[in-house]
Amino acid sequence: MRSLRVYAILYLAFLYAPIALLPLFAFNDGTVIAFPLKGFTLEWFHELLTIPALHASVMNSLMIAVSAAIVATLLGICAARAGTRYAFPGKKGILGLVMLPLVLPEIIVAVALLVVLLQLGFSLGAWTVVLGHVLICTPFSIAILNSAFQSLDRSLEEAAIDLGETRWSSFRLVTLPLVMPGIISSLLIAFTISLDEFIIAFFLTGTEPTLPVYLWSQLRFPQKLPVIMALGTLLVLASILLLTVAEYFRRRGAARTGQSETGAFL
Amino acid sequence: MKDTLGLTKPIITLENVEKYYGDYHALRGISAEIGQGEFFSLLGPSGCGKTTLLRTIAGFEALSSGRLTIDGRDMRGVPANRRPTNMVFQSYAIFPHLSVAENVGFGLRRSGLGKEEKARKVGEALEMVGLGGYGGRAAHALSGGQRQRVALARALILKPKVLLLDEPLSALDKKLREQMQMELRRLQRQVGITFLLVTHDQEEALIMSDRIAVMFDGQIAQLDSPQVLYRRPVSRRVGEFIGVMNFLPASARVADADRIEVEAAGLGHAVIGPEQVPGGFHAGQAASVGIRPETMSILFPGETTGQRVATGIVEDLAYYGDMTYYDVRLDGVEKPMTISMKNLVGRPVLERGAEARVAWDERSLVLFA
Repeated sequence: MRSLRVYAILYLAFLYAPIALLPLFAFNDGTVIAFPLKGFTLEWFHELLTIPALHASVMNSLMIAVSAAIVATLLGICAARAGTRYAFPGKKGILGLVMLPLVLPEIIVAVALLVVLLQLGFSLGAWTVVLGHVLICTPFSIAILNSAFQSLDRSLEEAAIDLGETRWSSFRLVTLPLVMPGIISSLLIAFTISLDEFIIAFFLTGTEPTLPVYLWSQLRFPQKLPVIMALGTLLVLASILLLTVAEYFRRRGAARTGQSETGAFL
Repeated sequence: MKDTLGLTKPIITLENVEKYYGDYHALRGISAEIGQGEFFSLLGPSGCGKTTLLRTIAGFEALSSGRLTIDGRDMRGVPANRRPTNMVFQSYAIFPHLSVAENVGFGLRRSGLGKEEKARKVGEALEMVGLGGYGGRAAHALSGGQRQRVALARALILKPKVLLLDEPLSALDKKLREQMQMELRRLQRQVGITFLLVTHDQEEALIMSDRIAVMFDGQIAQLDSPQVLYRRPVSRRVGEFIGVMNFLPASARVADADRIEVEAAGLGHAVIGPEQVPGGFHAGQAASVGIRPETMSILFPGETTGQRVATGIVEDLAYYGDMTYYDVRLDGVEKPMTISMKNLVGRPVLERGAEARVAWDERSLVLFA
């Protein structure tokens, strides 16, 4: 028992120590990332405000993440509804293929996409990154939305139709409100994945880098490291916040449709 | 508006209704008329097509062929949301994100009624099902019985021509189910709307219905009142499905138009009337007779009777308190038959292996081909 406990603690330390170092050095008054720590400073956060290229990359990343989240969630809604409501030939195979990008190495996906896009004569830009991100976000969206749609009694929509509503209005009045927590949770998770994603963005971005790509390009300058630490601290905080909100909505949805807390995604 | 047969004017007519799912033949030539204001049940084992028929009438499934009219209108091409039917679903399908009042008032969204008028109707509907004052509750916090009442109120608020009920009581426990059976029956008389109930529970169908259609394999095997169905089943299968029936091998001979002579194993010779052969009979067919457990009685020692008496041995018994069910093997019959006896004061409960004298009546026999 004792050794198991030690193992668990070591494991968690291994997972989170590097992340814990981020804020430590972000507030450290020294350009060298090394112990012992010097004084406390907010200088690096200040400096973040003064780099136009950084701001451009943040804006770029936000636009890409929002677009990818919306498209992936829309596709996820369609796939989850089709998968939970209709029987069609090859259903399992198709759903399996849709989920495959979850386990494919991202670099393979990135290189393949790059080759195809260039062969087709498209020029790279923000939209190509959106395309790649939709590809990797959609399986997550489907997984989340599947559980939202699966928990729905299919009689609910029929009951609304029976009471005089059309197919579309019964979807809007009954299904949509009930899967809304799933939709919000899918939007947030897809947004977070897209915002953090590096490899696909690195390959498919044109002249306007996303935030992770910009960060990577700055690693060549050691004196910029504390600034990156500060930026990293903000990103970690934002990610944790978003995922917490996403999980909150998922659980609220589960409680509302009366199912027990099982199969948590996070 | 009763016609000569005692049936009211039909609100639903089914003519040769067929339904295929790919190769699967779910409904095989269903024809029936359901009367205005009737409590009508579709009874059958699972997979017999009763739910498919109900969903066809509701408009959730299209007919493969045949004709369906409701209130004189052909329902071909009429979608579910424009049919004069409302449904109580097996799962109740209460909208979990809405309050009780919003659930009940859901169907009034397109009615064009004012807010106050709607609220008044919702209040009335809730009163009717015994949920007055529950309007503000969240739907997902209700008990099973309450959910069912909400589903009823929600379906009845639109005053449909026909209320469709898909196994509405199967999710309730026994006590609540029995209570709801009586309540549903009373509600139906009160509102005067035709109720069409789907159930696999023969007891429930007998208790609640004016008429019952027994379905097997996508066909109606028999359509009759509960009493006729129980006393004069047209086939062994119907007799077995509704209650308990004992079957004895028999031979039969048509003596004249009013009399059929039967020789039944264990019982001996009997003469029965043509009404006791509801399924029809032709000379030369292998036959059997059916007899219900409660139409026979075991005589206690020394008791005499004007009825016919057969003898046998008590093979087994089950004591239920108010009743005792005996398995009696009649002399010359392989399979024991079930006889139910009320445990009256002074009547001893026989033991296993005891000799039993069984009194029976020719009028309770049913002959099957």
